[in-house]
Amino acid sequence: MSSLLSIRDLAVAFRTETGPFEALHGLSLDVLRGRTLALVGESGSGKSVTAQAILRILPPSATITNGRILFRDGTSETDIARLPAEGPAMRAIRGQRIAMIFQEPMTCLSPLHTIGDQIGEALRIHTGADRREADARTQEALARVGFPDPRRALRTYPFELSGGLRQRAMIAMALILKPALLVADEPTTALDVTTQAQILALLARLQEETGMAILLITHDLGVVANIAHDVAVLYRGRLVEAGPRDTVMRVPGHAYLQALLRAVPRFDMAPDERLTPIRPARAEIPPTQLRAPLDGPLLQVEGVTKSFTLRSGRFWQKPRVVHAVSDVSLVLKTGETLGLVGESGSGKTTVSKMIMRALQPDSGRILFDDGGGPRDVHGLSGDALFAYRRTVQFVFQDPYASLDPRMTVRQILSEPMEIHGVPAAERRERCRALMAMVGLEPGGLGRYPHAFSGGQRQRIGIARALAAKPRLLVLDEPVSALDVSVQAQILNLLKDLQAALGLSYLIVSHNLAVIDYMADTISVMCRGRIVEEAPRAALFRRPMHPYTRALLAAVPDPSLDHPLDFAAVAGDRNDPSRWEAPYRLAPDEAGTMRTIEAGHRVRYGAAQAAEAA
Amino acid sequence: MIGVVLRRLVTMALTLLAISALVFVIIKLPPGDYLTNRIMELRATGDASSVAKAELLIRQYGLDRPVWQQYLMWIGVMPGAAGFSGLLQGDWGWSFEYDKPVAEVVGDALWLTLLINLTAVVFVHLVAIPAAIYSATHRHTVGDAVVTLLGYVGLAVPGFLLALILLFYANRWFGLSIGGLYDSALTNQPWTWEKVRSLLAHLVVPTLVIGLGGTAAMIRRMRANLLDELAKPYTVTARAKGLPPLQALLKYPFRMSLNPFVADIGNLLPHLVSGSVLVSLVLSLPTVGPLLLDALRSQDQFMAAFILMFVASLTLVGMLISDLTLVWLDPRIRMGLR
Repeated sequence: MSSLLSIRDLAVAFRTETGPFEALHGLSLDVLRGRTLALVGESGSGKSVTAQAILRILPPSATITNGRILFRDGTSETDIARLPAEGPAMRAIRGQRIAMIFQEPMTCLSPLHTIGDQIGEALRIHTGADRREADARTQEALARVGFPDPRRALRTYPFELSGGLRQRAMIAMALILKPALLVADEPTTALDVTTQAQILALLARLQEETGMAILLITHDLGVVANIAHDVAVLYRGRLVEAGPRDTVMRVPGHAYLQALLRAVPRFDMAPDERLTPIRPARAEIPPTQLRAPLDGPLLQVEGVTKSFTLRSGRFWQKPRVVHAVSDVSLVLKTGETLGLVGESGSGKTTVSKMIMRALQPDSGRILFDDGGGPRDVHGLSGDALFAYRRTVQFVFQDPYASLDPRMTVRQILSEPMEIHGVPAAERRERCRALMAMVGLEPGGLGRYPHAFSGGQRQRIGIARALAAKPRLLVLDEPVSALDVSVQAQILNLLKDLQAALGLSYLIVSHNLAVIDYMADTISVMCRGRIVEEAPRAALFRRPMHPYTRALLAAVPDPSLDHPLDFAAVAGDRNDPSRWEAPYRLAPDEAGTMRTIEAGHRVRYGAAQAAEAA
Repeated sequence: MIGVVLRRLVTMALTLLAISALVFVIIKLPPGDYLTNRIMELRATGDASSVAKAELLIRQYGLDRPVWQQYLMWIGVMPGAAGFSGLLQGDWGWSFEYDKPVAEVVGDALWLTLLINLTAVVFVHLVAIPAAIYSATHRHTVGDAVVTLLGYVGLAVPGFLLALILLFYANRWFGLSIGGLYDSALTNQPWTWEKVRSLLAHLVVPTLVIGLGGTAAMIRRMRANLLDELAKPYTVTARAKGLPPLQALLKYPFRMSLNPFVADIGNLLPHLVSGSVLVSLVLSLPTVGPLLLDALRSQDQFMAAFILMFVASLTLVGMLISDLTLVWLDPRIRMGLR
């Protein structure tokens, strides 16, 4: 097989305040015609820089200092590294022969232009097609990527579409001119697992149809195992391993890839197996503190419902009501972890906000037992509420946005203690202890958050949550914004802290593998309702509900022996009226939860329940 | 869409009504008015016939009645000496200082004010937008530094000072009199081609002087906005599609960065009117700015109230224009209306 793109000795350097920084040192790799090459590595390894260099869209502070990028399109061979970045020759390649899709389909599309306009644009600039011809071809492209109504889609704006459809629109945009090479930079990282599986299936299908080559940049080895033909592993700007997928992943020669494989949660892990972080982190876990056991559960959510009213622009129209959460009940025992799984829009974050008392439920109760018996959280006021605020703390998804950039770490950690009246001397002492607890140097207390990496910032976020000595931590997607190489560290840290401090966790995530690694019991949410709940082992051993099974089927496994069944993930798995027989729900039907084994409950349709009775 | 415009027009009318009440109350707050002051003055000099005339005017315009009645008469919902005759009927009142109807005193000044300020607005945008685009795309270059420096100078130099300097040097070097809006010989002439040409020639300096501060401020803000947008992923997408740099810039980041400026149109117009009073005085421009100042000082109530209402209407019309433009420009706002 001949190579379409050959990178030879590529070096890229950035101008920085502390002098030049070389992001790639002498990278050489080949993308073969009609095949998918996965470029794997953690953040900072130079994956994205490679992609930007191929398209010559590097940021202004970066320059190609050495090497060649040979693009063999048809019979001609072009050295992209030698072309002027904004010259006509390079522009003719960009978008026409080499196209690119990005991670964040929302921010990569302009909200001010219709997707028809944005997709047809490449056609108009490269082929001089007029608006009508471009519209016709755009409609075809939209149909090819699976838009339900391509004609109407021409005039929709990106913000009217779901994340999955937006990424499909991006793909249509990249592929409208049938490029020889598609560069996909983390194309599914921002998507839900089911949507991710659909997009991967789409990419594989389009590759078969058009014979294009794909350079897939990803950190997710599950994705690699499922759609790559070849794999190249980057580490700190150097290629450490390359070859056909099966060779590289079955017998990973390089220690780094082996480490990467061990650092991600997998479904086939032994019950007590721990993840092995790539770089071990040292955290001083305090000695185990025993708490007086409670008679009942720590937290009980009973039949909580919340709906939002959307304001309508026309005052004579009835406002639209969205049922975000319908009749949700959860039980969390002391020292345990409850996992709440669902796609975006399933209502899981709304539930966590109601537990935090950031939202008021329309009906239902949330009971919390502080040792003095269960009390309704939403009935608390004054001192009792103040105490509750201290006992329940939150860890946010985005460690960049959740720390005030104008506060030092010491101020960030001290603030909760100041609020809850801890004397100054003790605060200083505890700040140091907290830093040690999450594995950071106490010397970092005087620095600002920007001096820390994403994983370190998440540690600071955890330390801040622990500062008030809580009993319950609500973890909202605690690792989804983090690099694989640090995910394992953070998850292990959370586990160790839980064991030592007797904490209870409510973990909200769309990543089933993370939930599997962390949770004792799992509740699966879809469209505001819990459809299945079970102890961890039971759920993964015997998933009953079609939605749970769809979620499980959609998680790409890094092992080559469990390929994704792309056929199974197609279609709308979150539409209750299309679930199979015993589980099907009519519109507005609630159905009933039935116990099928100890602790394992599944939602059945009402018709079915009546029949059984 | 039509429903939205209708709703806005109704709110605008109500707002204008509220403003009219506020304006009238504020003008009546200081004790006395133009006529009572004048009568006191005339009594001191013993001019009996003039006193009688002034007292007649007081009765005619109901200045001896309670303030709320004066207000209702002024806006034209209560009959005065001459029946229903107020703003609603198109009667803008009487200027006691000039002893003429307000409409006659203000006359051309209204349209010249609009003309000068609209010219200034157009000038601001024509200069600031290209300068800001250049500055943002050539960040940290000599050109950017020069634009930035000129911008700061423009911000720091007061308009009236620049007007004085230009006035002096234009006269000294070119023997030009750039004061006024047309040649003084043509002041009371009807509008002829020659007068229009003279007007255009005289517009240059006021436009420059009035627009300078705004231009400098706009370059700074536009540059900052553009730099933010240039770093956004959709800009990279546009480049990855193979769009030429300028086309990509104008279609995506530039359009995104326009919103705050469009939203600002409503504030721009009244600001230019009040901000250009000093410049108008220095350059002896026949705009409403100096008239307003005089009217407020001499408590010429109908004159002052009318000019304030004029400025308020300008603001409201400007806001309507900016809102409608935003709806047209930004689909997110358009969809939000549905």
